[in-house]
Amino acid sequence: MTTNDMPRWATGIVLPLLNLLSALLVAALAIHLLGEDPVDAMRILVNSAIVNPEGLSYTLFYASTFIFTGLAVSLAMQAGLFNIGAEGQMYFGGLGLTLAMLAFDASLPWYLLIPVGMVGAALFGALWAFIPGYLQAKRGSHIVVTTIMFNFIAASLMNFVIVKYLIPPGEQNTASRVFSDAAALPPLNAWFPALGDTPLNVSFFLSILALVIYGVFVSRSAWGYKLRATGLNKHAAHYAGVKISAMIIVTMLISGALAGLGAVNSIMGSTHYLSLNFVGGAGFVGIAIALMGRQHPVGIFLSSVLFGALIQGGFDLSLEKPNIPTETFIFIQGLIILFCGAMENLYAPVLIKLIKGKKG
Amino acid sequence: MTFEDLHLGSIVVSTVRNAPVLIFAAMAGLFAERSGVIDIGLEGKILASAFVSAAVAFTTQNPWYGILAGMAVSIALATLQGYVAVTQKGNQLVAGIAINIAMSGLTFVVAQYFFQQGGRTPDLGTARLPYVTLPGSAAVADVPVLGWIWTQLLGGHSILVYAAFALVPLVHWLLYHTRFGLRLRACGENPHAADAAGVSVERTRYTSMLIAGMLCSFSGAYLAIVQSGFFLRDMSAGMGYLALTAMVFGNWRPFYTFLGCLMFGFFTAVQIQLEGVDLPVVGRIPGALIQMVPYVVTVIALAGLMAKSVAPKAIGVPFVKSR
Repeated sequence: MTTNDMPRWATGIVLPLLNLLSALLVAALAIHLLGEDPVDAMRILVNSAIVNPEGLSYTLFYASTFIFTGLAVSLAMQAGLFNIGAEGQMYFGGLGLTLAMLAFDASLPWYLLIPVGMVGAALFGALWAFIPGYLQAKRGSHIVVTTIMFNFIAASLMNFVIVKYLIPPGEQNTASRVFSDAAALPPLNAWFPALGDTPLNVSFFLSILALVIYGVFVSRSAWGYKLRATGLNKHAAHYAGVKISAMIIVTMLISGALAGLGAVNSIMGSTHYLSLNFVGGAGFVGIAIALMGRQHPVGIFLSSVLFGALIQGGFDLSLEKPNIPTETFIFIQGLIILFCGAMENLYAPVLIKLIKGKKG
Repeated sequence: MTFEDLHLGSIVVSTVRNAPVLIFAAMAGLFAERSGVIDIGLEGKILASAFVSAAVAFTTQNPWYGILAGMAVSIALATLQGYVAVTQKGNQLVAGIAINIAMSGLTFVVAQYFFQQGGRTPDLGTARLPYVTLPGSAAVADVPVLGWIWTQLLGGHSILVYAAFALVPLVHWLLYHTRFGLRLRACGENPHAADAAGVSVERTRYTSMLIAGMLCSFSGAYLAIVQSGFFLRDMSAGMGYLALTAMVFGNWRPFYTFLGCLMFGFFTAVQIQLEGVDLPVVGRIPGALIQMVPYVVTVIALAGLMAKSVAPKAIGVPFVKSR
């Protein structure tokens, strides 16, 4: 009996939960070794990330970005492509969005500016994913290595572009100028004052929409079927008439566009300018989210919220407990990838025995 | 600084000093990948061993203890990768990336906890590895050319530099001229055939991971206790990925991989030298753009414009014994 024979609730819910729990247990052990009380840390984290309405809306704000990077990685994963470049693609998406805003934010009204910004972000993100996709499809370069290289190249290139061209004259801060008010996404606290002072904005709904579209396309459309066939068995899919190289390129284009759209929430929804390193690891979080959420829309949503909560709760925790800096959550993120991605079947043998035992 | 201030000699010497980090890691990757296990976790292992060796060398004021401790932690991580790849039959890429991300966070947290210097360790001072002075250096120091070759190019490095360069022929010999090497390559190319011939694929892959872990630790130790003299957050800065690319570039063969490492070492040296230099025609190249060069070269190399690389056939595929 393999994991394929297990009921879906077991592979889809119980196993990921057990893996997540293991990762958190190791994290708790680390916190204990750092001389802090893990239970107390957990209490602070849950309080400031979920219970408190302002904290919760911060959690959802981070989640809105993570949903996009998570979707980017998930979509590529469906086709068997391991896109590690969401970080660089989102960074580049931010550049596309910013260029569009710098050009039009004085002349266009908000209802045109917002779509233009989104198109700019998606276009530049797609462009940055196109080259690795093309090289994989046509030249056989390994997408993992090329996307990693493209993250490095994006970081250097953006550093150059921002410092050389985007800093307004006389400014020291490595960032573009602030966009006009028309380019700002409406914040949700305008309608729900209870949320408090938070950057949560309408792109939260956009991310939900993206999740729904992803779900419908991947599991209900002919294209999604070809996508999954490519991921399951490239040779069989090719034999069945799927053009593999076109599939790879198109998938990477959409994946890059999704990663680029992650910049909309961060820039148009919050800072309103492009700054150095604004992505801050969201692309790598996307890898964790795709693995933990098993590329399923509901899974991606839940793990995005979890990571949003870890980031938000982590900030507050690091203020209260100096021994638990925010970097602890980079470590925890690695643990979650390890347990939920690499060792996803760690508990499968035990679980299979339990299920069998009940039936027998 | 002008164009005339660029010294070819110092670029060559600094290439020799930059290369060992890549050579140790790339040779480590070679063992892992030739046995069939993808080792994208080089970066994390370099970082972990860099931190631990710096921390232990500082605390004990003995660089050798530092190297040993770095080795222990790197081998532990490699064993974890082996466990995922061999026993769990899990995704090897994901395991490597998880290790890289986890170590990037953990080394900072632990460094901060012990030293309270923003994720940095204190300067090692005298706890760094000494530089080797070749016999007769004083006598030839003032002789033109020969003096430079003897004291700067060949002499004046840490023992680890010599070890790195000596490692390449050693790895070649191990892979191609020993029974262990033959079995190791068989496990990476066709594990079922190796299995049928009575070779334990599991044991061979675990052994390769142990060797890989050990070799990779020198990379981190060199970075922290030879090159910089302290540990700094994320100081590996993509070296693990570059080493991996040098290996792909070198077609998973020791000597070509070594050339790839020298090439990247050279680019790093040139980049440092070019910073703020006015070149003829193009003028001053911004540092950010020079930083890009090795990565761009890598992408071009990977696009097959230089040579078509052929990976071990069974790489990344968990071995399931057929019944």
